[in-house]
Amino acid sequence: MGYKIVKKRVLGPDSKMFVIEAPYVARNAKPGQFIILRVNERGERIPLTVAGSDREKGSVTIIFQEVGKTTKLLGTLEEGDEILDFVGPLGKPTEIENFGTVMTLGGGFGTAVLYPLVKAIKEKGNYVITAIGARTKDLVILEDEMREISDEVYITTDDGSYGRKGFVTEVLADFLKEGRKIDRVFSVGPVPMMKATANVTKPYGVKTIVSLNPIMVDGTGMCGACRVEVGGKTKFACIDGPEFDAHEVNFDLLMKRLGMYREEEKASLERFLEEIKKSGRA
Amino acid sequence: MGRLILNRVPMKKRDPKERIKTFEEVALGYTPEEAIKEAERCILCKRPPCVKGCPVNIDIPAFIALIQQGKFVEASKKIKENNPLPAMCGRVCPQEEQCEEVCIIGKKGEPVAIGRLERFVADYEAAQGEVEIPEIPPPTGFKVAVIGSGPSGLVCASELVQMGHKVTIFEALHKPGGVLMYGIPQFRLPKEIVAREIDYVKRLGVEIVTNFIVGKTMTLDELREKEGFDAFFVGTGAGYPRFMGIPGENLLGIYSANEFLTRVNLMKAYMFPEYDTPVKVGDRVIVVGAGNVAMDAARCALRSGASEVTIVYRRSWKEMTARIEEIENAKEEGIKFMILHNPVAFYGDESGWVRKAELIKMELGEPDESGRRRPVPIKGSEFRVPVDTVVEAIGQVPNPVVPQTTPGLKTTRWGTLVSSPTTGATTKEGVFTGGDIMTGAATVILAAGTGKVAAKYIDYYLRNRDKPGVWEELTKDIKE
Repeated sequence: MGYKIVKKRVLGPDSKMFVIEAPYVARNAKPGQFIILRVNERGERIPLTVAGSDREKGSVTIIFQEVGKTTKLLGTLEEGDEILDFVGPLGKPTEIENFGTVMTLGGGFGTAVLYPLVKAIKEKGNYVITAIGARTKDLVILEDEMREISDEVYITTDDGSYGRKGFVTEVLADFLKEGRKIDRVFSVGPVPMMKATANVTKPYGVKTIVSLNPIMVDGTGMCGACRVEVGGKTKFACIDGPEFDAHEVNFDLLMKRLGMYREEEKASLERFLEEIKKSGRA
Repeated sequence: MGRLILNRVPMKKRDPKERIKTFEEVALGYTPEEAIKEAERCILCKRPPCVKGCPVNIDIPAFIALIQQGKFVEASKKIKENNPLPAMCGRVCPQEEQCEEVCIIGKKGEPVAIGRLERFVADYEAAQGEVEIPEIPPPTGFKVAVIGSGPSGLVCASELVQMGHKVTIFEALHKPGGVLMYGIPQFRLPKEIVAREIDYVKRLGVEIVTNFIVGKTMTLDELREKEGFDAFFVGTGAGYPRFMGIPGENLLGIYSANEFLTRVNLMKAYMFPEYDTPVKVGDRVIVVGAGNVAMDAARCALRSGASEVTIVYRRSWKEMTARIEEIENAKEEGIKFMILHNPVAFYGDESGWVRKAELIKMELGEPDESGRRRPVPIKGSEFRVPVDTVVEAIGQVPNPVVPQTTPGLKTTRWGTLVSSPTTGATTKEGVFTGGDIMTGAATVILAAGTGKVAAKYIDYYLRNRDKPGVWEELTKDIKE
């Protein structure tokens, strides 16, 4: 009795998309919210952003990057397989209105988290400029999808193998320097990239929203593992967020807290890869 | 009846040196011979004070009489007429403050070990194979939603289903049981026993839906309108952790007791890497607070590899809220106690890990609202101690998700639901409450007791709701 994977799509070398049968979650899920899943009886609970939902079909789309044991294990599942636990929607939905011109920035895998937001922002009648960045060409994801729903799309790669060489924040910085009117910025990606976005927009006073991804356990405000500092106050990302005003977030603390279980995560992953090798699976 | 036997039959426990290496249950329970011997100490009072001392009014002399006759299964059934969770309550109830406190034998010697006997018969019955289910009356056609599967919800649901109502429990986590599952550790309440008693509740006919957060997945009003529930019981507990609010609190290695215990108990971090969820326990651990949760956290830390675990408490021995038995267990296992001390700040290293706690000495002043003497910091007495892990066990408040998403449901300034102390009825028609979200953080059995009371009035409400003035009657003693 689990939650069935009805569709699987490979997005990039280590990112995948699943459509999961979860009618209750699908019914109320909104952009900006997340779910928590547990693959099997011994599994950990991990949060993943809701990338889309279909109320009629009762399905929820998730996109994930294989970085640790749980996401790698998840990636080995196929259509028809089941996930043991799947709960949500969690967190507050994104506050979306007609702001005017909105710049959205996706860094690396953050682009996947950004995608449903861009869709919702566009639907509200905003003019949307999207910049997506990755380390290298192969890691650029969802470019076509973003082009479909954005008014302008810019691509950057760290190594210059595709699009502009550099970071997405540089595209934003240029626009602001040129005096282009931007009413709101959404930025999702690695912590240094979100921090850089905050630094770029702060002097111009452009309100900037980031989606934070701290370590979570229950996701319902029960444990406080996901605490972040916003405006000097402790907040729980699971119920007060996951989106916050970038100019108020203590990114250095977030970065440190994300590394709390680095050794355990590494050990767990190595153990899993060893098991896979032994069992002869791919 | 012969002479009073003043001393109770001792219950075997695992040796402290052995038990700190494992999460196996500490207390081992009575043998049938020991149980009969202990039961024979009971004089079967005609007007038994113990029954009044029990929040769910178990007919204690009746079940003890059955033990005296060697009818253990019948004794267990007798308990379950009032309490579907005897193996759990026998283990974690503070009997010394309830049934056993008022035991007549206790006036001269040690009270009858009612809790140990309750535990014994429940375990005995389970060991005989599948536990029998009482007959359920024909369906009434009413549907009740119970929100939260902790002790209050489980008891409320069991009562209602045995009155013929259709009952569904909604649980936010992936396993039912609430604090019984995520909070109380394996060595005090084995999860197999929790699962067994929850299975009994399911076999009574209660449906349990996990991974469903009322207020997020669907709101209470949606459940009423779209799923046709006629009445609600909100038993979502006190699951929101309090932090001290002092500098350095977000350093790595500082946990709320809720997080620490959830990782260890629910996610089984003590079996990492076989189980995927880790927990970090350094050499020197301090646990702030001295309630049952603090004792649990301290003893879990010890079993997870800490070399030194210290309870830091701002008051003194006398004010500790933990059960004496749990404090004794902790002491036996080598947990250190620093009473009349309180952390004022934490300091970390470059990578953000907590390395030092700054403590201040306290003294006791005048009694406060709780009637206990107020701890007052002694100026200039601060000093620092090295620490690697900190667990803050300073209390929990009700989780706000249900009240925040249910218009009409009023809360007090402590976050508990405004409700009638007699019926559990809230400020929203058809919605009742019990457990910690009604009373503030309390014990398993008090929660169970309020669940039972609410069930009685939910039944009354369902059968009479078409008559005028019924809700007013149920809520007439609500004070806001």
